[in-house]
Amino acid sequence: MDAHTEMVLESRWAGGVRPYAMGSKKLGMWLFIISDALTFSAVIIAYSYLRVASPQWPTPFPFNPAIIFSTLMTFCLLSSSLTMVMAVSAAHRHQHRKTVFWLLMTMLFGTLFVGLHLTEWFHLIEEGLRTNRLPAEWVTVWPQAPQIFGSTFFGLTGLHMLHVSVGVIYLGTIALGFGLKKFESEDVEVSGLYWHFVDLVWMFIFPLVYLMSVRY
Amino acid sequence: MNEQAHAGTTRLYIWVWGWLLALTGVEVYLAYIHLAPVLMLTLLLGLSVIKAALIMAYFMHLRFERLSLFLTLVPVFVLCICLILIFFFPDSVRLQQIGIR
Repeated sequence: MDAHTEMVLESRWAGGVRPYAMGSKKLGMWLFIISDALTFSAVIIAYSYLRVASPQWPTPFPFNPAIIFSTLMTFCLLSSSLTMVMAVSAAHRHQHRKTVFWLLMTMLFGTLFVGLHLTEWFHLIEEGLRTNRLPAEWVTVWPQAPQIFGSTFFGLTGLHMLHVSVGVIYLGTIALGFGLKKFESEDVEVSGLYWHFVDLVWMFIFPLVYLMSVRY
Repeated sequence: MNEQAHAGTTRLYIWVWGWLLALTGVEVYLAYIHLAPVLMLTLLLGLSVIKAALIMAYFMHLRFERLSLFLTLVPVFVLCICLILIFFFPDSVRLQQIGIR
């Protein structure tokens, strides 16, 4: 390597090969996270706009059981983030079996989250909530509430649930590949970034959708 | 890295996880005691931003990356949060005026 190439590689952008001193996969994931953050922002803005633009907005979640239930979901997701960092640090130490174990634990918590969330969805659907219709009981309590409530609720939480479900499949692929020693530790770390981001989004959806709509 | 250094980082992660759970507990408690919507929203978003910062700094390793990455990413997330706030605050002010049921 001549002196000029060496100088370029040692610069901040490392000649474009390792910008920000990280691999291209990791940078790619960060860029995806930026675009996904904007997607979620757009959906949350739509939700907040409909809230303020409607004469009334239902606040339908009783503390017991709805809020306690969604707190349990939050616990699952936060714990899955902890098991994910365990997987990443095990991967960096090249402990393949440990990494696969922690990845499976993360998938378990993720699946639990989706299962609990679907239970809640089915409960609301049973009550009569649809994307274009409110339950009859809600209409008597909030007569001026718009029928679109269901769209915002199912749209916003559904987009997040889709991310968790895709994440579980993604982690499964990574666990298989890393277990078979076909993937590197960087792949585990990159999947971790995705998983933590999905957790981070829930940290906004949980207060804005549930805690701001408690039924007293 | 030796084994002790790894044990230290594991402890750090568990510590961060504990903080995240504690802050979630505070949020749920706020919902339980029924505050005025504007105050409630302010506190909830403040706590959420702290939680998001903890996740990004430690779980997503942003604290241990180059400053240039931090400076690239953080403005985007600040923008996202500002965009989210545009309609929520007017809504919570209105909720306060009409009263929530």
